[in-house]
Amino acid sequence: MTRFLQSAVAGFAQGSIYALLAVGFVIIYKSTRVVNFALPGLMILGAYMVVYFGSVLALNFWLALGLAILAAALCALGIERLAIRPMIGKPVFAIAIITIGIDIVLRVIVNDLLGSNVRNVRDPWGLKTLELGAVVIQQRRVAVVIAAAVVVSLLLVFFKYTRIGLAMRAAAFDQEAAMAQGISVGMVFALSWALAGGLAALAGMFVGTGSGIDQQTAFVAIKALPGVILGGIDSIQGAIVGALIVGLFEGFSNTYQTQYLGFLGENVSQVVPYVVLFVVLLVRPYGLFGTPEIERV
Amino acid sequence: MRGRPSLYTSYEQDSSLLNTPVKRFWVGALLATLVVAPFRLSPDLTLLLATAFIVSIGAIGLNIVTGYAGQVSLGHAFFIGIGAYTAAVLNGEPSTTSDVLGYGLDMWIWLPAAGLMAALAGLIVSPLAFRLRGLYLAIVTLGLVFIGEHIFREAEVVTGGVGVGRRAAEPELFGFSFADPGTVLGVPLARDQGLYFMALVVLVVMALLARNLARSSVGRAFAAVRDRDIAAEVMGVSLRKHKLMAFTISSFYAGIAGGLLYTITRFLEPSSFGLLLSVQFIAMVLIGGVATISGSILGAAFVTLLPRAIEEAPRFAPFISASASGGFLTTQQLEQILYGVLIVVFLIFEPRGLFGLWVRVRNYFKAWPFSY
Repeated sequence: MTRFLQSAVAGFAQGSIYALLAVGFVIIYKSTRVVNFALPGLMILGAYMVVYFGSVLALNFWLALGLAILAAALCALGIERLAIRPMIGKPVFAIAIITIGIDIVLRVIVNDLLGSNVRNVRDPWGLKTLELGAVVIQQRRVAVVIAAAVVVSLLLVFFKYTRIGLAMRAAAFDQEAAMAQGISVGMVFALSWALAGGLAALAGMFVGTGSGIDQQTAFVAIKALPGVILGGIDSIQGAIVGALIVGLFEGFSNTYQTQYLGFLGENVSQVVPYVVLFVVLLVRPYGLFGTPEIERV
Repeated sequence: MRGRPSLYTSYEQDSSLLNTPVKRFWVGALLATLVVAPFRLSPDLTLLLATAFIVSIGAIGLNIVTGYAGQVSLGHAFFIGIGAYTAAVLNGEPSTTSDVLGYGLDMWIWLPAAGLMAALAGLIVSPLAFRLRGLYLAIVTLGLVFIGEHIFREAEVVTGGVGVGRRAAEPELFGFSFADPGTVLGVPLARDQGLYFMALVVLVVMALLARNLARSSVGRAFAAVRDRDIAAEVMGVSLRKHKLMAFTISSFYAGIAGGLLYTITRFLEPSSFGLLLSVQFIAMVLIGGVATISGSILGAAFVTLLPRAIEEAPRFAPFISASASGGFLTTQQLEQILYGVLIVVFLIFEPRGLFGLWVRVRNYFKAWPFSY
């Protein structure tokens, strides 16, 4: 039972990281109808910036985190302005492939800066643990769950109650109608990219807690995509649920797979998200909460 | 119709392969150059061209499913891997002491089998495309690459495992090995020349098949599915049938390319079939030209020859370093960055790719001196 609870907590924490990334994917998808494959690059950039400000410039961790989020958001803004804005009106597939190209460029540059060693993000949690009865929980896992919950709720409140949030929802619903109402759709695009960049940086920092970041870390962000698709790509709530489901599956398979399904080999938990995705999509092509596309002929 | 070569009086004439005398002449000239080339080029360049030819087969395959039929697939590396391992297993040395499987079969068995195994995998995967469209499909095929990579890593009986790898298939056909020096019709061929001609012949055959497929009713049905799937279905084009065909044929091409590709390096490592390989194929299709066969070949040649061109870069730009450590950028990093940048640049400025550039040049001279 202890083992079950511990793997559940680990999975839930992993799912929270995916949720931060998933919300970034969904925000960009809703406003620009593009799946942003550059998010892994932005995430590793953000995580590297935490390392840079925290270790190289020796700033306070929280200050470093804030600056890193800002840097990733600015970088996302730049990408949107230089590469995505000129493509408005072109097929979404072309734009998605462009983001893949940008991702490659970002990852190569950041990996060059990172070097071949594992870099520590110098988070305040380290490997400290929290004990609830027999269950031992790492503090960093609690921190990521709380942080994700707070940030995502703040975002939902932002979308629901502020004027800019309203503008973003309007633009997501119908761009032309939103423009006719005086909403700057360009601003909405820029803001959604910046938000996603900041979220990615935050997620990247949490990926780096515990084991640090290295050149393979960026692939974690791709594993958030199954969560996004699982929940339905145009639903923030759905994406969060999907991300948590994927995280839990990963956590459990991490603990139990070698015991019960050992013939599948090592590190199966790394591909479990995709297997879950395959199965769910064959049953529900638009994910659990996505809106089915209505085709008019 | 002498003197009026562009006047077509029948549909067959219009859609025939070499429909203008200019095309006939230049295709002949190109083939003649390609036959003579290996006797004039250095061995390493000849091998590089052979690689480009084989990679072209894979690029044509991706162009069939993504360019012609419009089903975005990021899973091409998976099918390449299946082809490569099928070939390696069927050809490998049958021994009881070694840990990896091998059956020691001839090329006329392992080459088609590599294609067929990959096609089978494509057939199994294609139902995903019935239910999903566009970006959903792209993400699911992306998952396929990761699952495939995992299988290749863990199935050590087949692949030798990470860091160990296994010997790739030897191109030996009826006792004649393309990879060893030998004599064909009285002409002595070195290893690189043998591989070159093997690649060239297979590419010409596969490219012709693809071109014929594209101009047949199946090709037109693919285009209909790509341009508006609902309209296509209303007109009686079966979506299921054609998506299934597109995936199967595309994977067959990938399998053939995978089987042949590693006859050049002679070695296979499970981690080579990752996302980067898929992205390289996407880059070939986009840089070369979507939904054109000659574009796929151009794109594949471009992407394959790019690293070689970049190796020369440190001489002109001192901040690029040829060694793995020093400098701001290494040549390998520059190469990867260029894939990314080129994809972006081509999509923004010339969505039709290199083939589109060629069309522009051609039209300029067609209309010359009345260019505007």
